Amino acid sequence: MTHRRKFLLGGGVILAALVYMIYAGVSQSVVYFVTPSELRAQPVAGKAYRLGGMVEPGSLKWEPRSLDLAFTLSDGKASVRVRHKGTPPDLFAEGRGAVVEGTWTPDGYFKASLIMAKHSEEYKAPHGDESQAGYKELLKTLKGQSEAPKLSY
Amino acid sequence: MTRWLGWLAALGLVAGLVMGFGYAPKDAVQGNVQRIMYVHVPSILTAYLAFALVLIASVGFLFTRRTEWDRLAHSAGEIGVVFTGLTLVSGSIWGKPTWGTWWTWDARLTSTAILFLIYVGYLLLRGMVEDWERSARYAAVVGILGAVNVPIVHFSVLWWRTLHQPATILSPERAPISPPIALALLVNWIAFSLLFAYFLSKRLSLRRLEEEAYA
Repeated sequence: MTHRRKFLLGGGVILAALVYMIYAGVSQSVVYFVTPSELRAQPVAGKAYRLGGMVEPGSLKWEPRSLDLAFTLSDGKASVRVRHKGTPPDLFAEGRGAVVEGTWTPDGYFKASLIMAKHSEEYKAPHGDESQAGYKELLKTLKGQSEAPKLSY
Repeated sequence: MTRWLGWLAALGLVAGLVMGFGYAPKDAVQGNVQRIMYVHVPSILTAYLAFALVLIASVGFLFTRRTEWDRLAHSAGEIGVVFTGLTLVSGSIWGKPTWGTWWTWDARLTSTAILFLIYVGYLLLRGMVEDWERSARYAAVVGILGAVNVPIVHFSVLWWRTLHQPATILSPERAPISPPIALALLVNWIAFSLLFAYFLSKRLSLRRLEEEAYA
């Protein structure tokens, strides 16, 4: 076996191992979340899931005093009722995507321990605000005069 | 030459700040937090550029065995690690108010963390092997193999389900982005590329001095 061949063989083995490691590492997070349809197909009570879908318009109920949050996640085919205790992130709203971590309960709802808002790849100026310089708004925020983000719950 | 690059980069960064804070409007959905994009996106694009240079220089070294190629790979690799780190940090700061979490193990975040670790390992390997020629040869192999991860990072948001949104720029289909926001991003991208060129030029001359000192 020549030196060159050994080198190529060794390199090939290392390359294969590296590709496998990246693939194995990433594939654990490949099924990052299940959809409501997938959860509905075979729900296992008590198992930890990450569930992703769109917050169905009109489904959101929020009790600021008790921090009880309830909403329905949908993928267009199936939907799952989610309950959570705590405040959601600012971007969480009806008609937007969300990913929640938690467990399926035997009572037929999803008990979430973490709510994450999914963001789209769109970047737009506020309507009719196309030309307005952003620093004015920023200065307002710094002075604490900015209006609080409008939440739809 | 290096000095001019430095001044150009400084000018570009000032222009980027003015564009990012003064010219571009805030995002309709995210508000002012979106402005972190002007650091986050140019950082990872600069890191891609750095690791692409590592790949080219490593191949060049293995074929020619010339120090110049190794010098380029080493310098670009170091700067790439810095910009990947900046991407992870800025993304995390953006993620907390936007997603509601600092970190999550989705494919985009996981593969970016792996990219960071691979090139940290690449730099460690260089420090561990004492013989110059061997060190450069091993590093070149790792530098080539590590570059495999760059397209995985970039396309992870298309290939798998992620929390991270798909690419807006450098994407197969054009996603809607307001022209002022896109322009501010472009100016910052150019500024970061100039900064990269400055760092690279500085690091190359440092490496040259190191070689002279050890020769």
